[in-house]
Amino acid sequence: MSTFFTSRLFFVSLALVIIAATLPLYVSGYVLGLLTVAFYFGVFAMAWDLLFGFAGEVNFGPTFLIGVGAYTAGILNNQFGWSVYLCILLGALASVIAGLVLALPALRVRGPYFGLTTLVAVLMLQNFIVVFADLTGGEIGLTIPDVITINAGANYWIALGFMTISAAILYGLSQSPIGLVLQASGQDPVQAGALGFNIVKHKLAAFVVSAFFSGLSGGLLVFYFGTASVGTVVDVAVGVNVIVSAVLGGRRTVLGAALGAIFLIVAGEFLRPTGELATFIVSAVALLVVLFFPGGFLGAALSREARS
Amino acid sequence: MRAFQILIDGFAISALYALGATGFTLIFGVSGVLNLSHGAIMVAAAVAAWAAASILGVGTYAGALIGVAVALLTAFATYFAVVKPIQDSRRIPNEEKEIFVLTGTLLWGIMIQELIAYFFTNNAKTVLPIVEGVVEILGVRTPKNEIFTAIVCCLVIALLWLLVNRTRTGKAVLAASMNPRGVTLLGLELTNIYIVVWAIYGILAGIAGVLLGMFLGVSSYSVGPLTASAFSIVVLGGLGSVSGSLIAAFVVGYLETLTAYLVSPAYRTIPALLLLVFVMYIRPQGLLGRR
Repeated sequence: MSTFFTSRLFFVSLALVIIAATLPLYVSGYVLGLLTVAFYFGVFAMAWDLLFGFAGEVNFGPTFLIGVGAYTAGILNNQFGWSVYLCILLGALASVIAGLVLALPALRVRGPYFGLTTLVAVLMLQNFIVVFADLTGGEIGLTIPDVITINAGANYWIALGFMTISAAILYGLSQSPIGLVLQASGQDPVQAGALGFNIVKHKLAAFVVSAFFSGLSGGLLVFYFGTASVGTVVDVAVGVNVIVSAVLGGRRTVLGAALGAIFLIVAGEFLRPTGELATFIVSAVALLVVLFFPGGFLGAALSREARS
Repeated sequence: MRAFQILIDGFAISALYALGATGFTLIFGVSGVLNLSHGAIMVAAAVAAWAAASILGVGTYAGALIGVAVALLTAFATYFAVVKPIQDSRRIPNEEKEIFVLTGTLLWGIMIQELIAYFFTNNAKTVLPIVEGVVEILGVRTPKNEIFTAIVCCLVIALLWLLVNRTRTGKAVLAASMNPRGVTLLGLELTNIYIVVWAIYGILAGIAGVLLGMFLGVSSYSVGPLTASAFSIVVLGGLGSVSGSLIAAFVVGYLETLTAYLVSPAYRTIPALLLLVFVMYIRPQGLLGRR
């Protein structure tokens, strides 16, 4: 850990965060709004990478955790008018509970079966949101009366600060002994178990941490949007974006996942003039990265540094 | 009356599901690949058949053939452009190839979906049916097309059974699913077997896609749900087990039809999902799966 504070990665990240923090002084509110969403997505992707890159569990349903957090926060605010921060915190707690409910049985199965269980969880959540439309707003979406703030700069700083703190915690966790045990149990569960580590406990912990950050970020995102809808926080397509971000940025790097998410959202916006083809181009680029640079952006950069 | 209706409609849907899922499970059984571009290949076949018949006006039979041919080509493209490079890559560790194949085919499927949406819009398309008109069966007015769909599905599945169990090529495929190393030791080229399997898969997915286009209609939005339903049927039946998938297809098909008729079409998919979760809890390897 101590070597991290002298490593190049640390200084580069620090410089990037400082530059990013000064952006509201000279860019338009439009760019800030875009980056605000990108930062929340970055947290989704990092939380996913902790599960996949380290615990080795392919979670096809990141949006189950995100959606539960986002909708719980939104519904509490909508129904009872509780304060925004309390709602977001309760949303994150609901997400942790949902994560536990999903993880306890899901961790008994492996590989594709685990992936499918998580995917089914998303489809069920989506169905329930539509069925209980009175409470959730159904397909139209849930209107949320309160927002954190309407100042674009303040929203941007909250998102940036939140992403930076989450990144520090998740990265620290991934480099800690717990992260190493997770990595070991992801790659060879039998041997890691034989060394005396309780794999299920560690994976469960990873699930809880991942759920907490996904839910927190989901709650913050809906209070930024002022609305929660299936299309923005639950749909399988959103989950695909999260997964693609993490793989694109470099799996097992945590920080790369955030870079991937920011790239994906900004690139999507730049390609908007191409209309319908935007998603095609982004997917094609992501596929090329998967095929030719399986380490992702950060993976490629880090391995080059390690070689030199 | 209503019971017969459920019985007949459920059978057609189930047979279609079975056909769609069989190819999917065959590929997994033989080469361990979960092809998440499955829905996209089916939709590509249906849209090609629709475009050939309705825009070029080549007639329904030729249109259907073109649809199947497009599915076959897309399946080969999936194998050679996405799956094979990942399997052969030396930079991807072996234990992570599975997730890379999943991610790769998923992205490939999205690309196909977006191209279809770009060239043919998102609108739902119904392929002109090969047979038209309705008949009364047991007092239920049934479109002839629905009967045709069910018959073709059953015929194709029977042909597949014959191919796998009665021909030399089929036996090689079967052997590869049991023990790939043993097959290579016998001097058979594993890549050739994979190509055969992908060809079978392409034809099956193509036929399923074209029939689906005639029966229910498709749009580029159907890609995700089609992949998800094939995935869940295959897991329910047990990954790699063809007979398991057939049983699971009928269970899911009838469960959905029952819900749609007796409760509400809006809840159509929920019982099947609940059943899937339940089966995963008590029998994670699926109905007929091997551990």
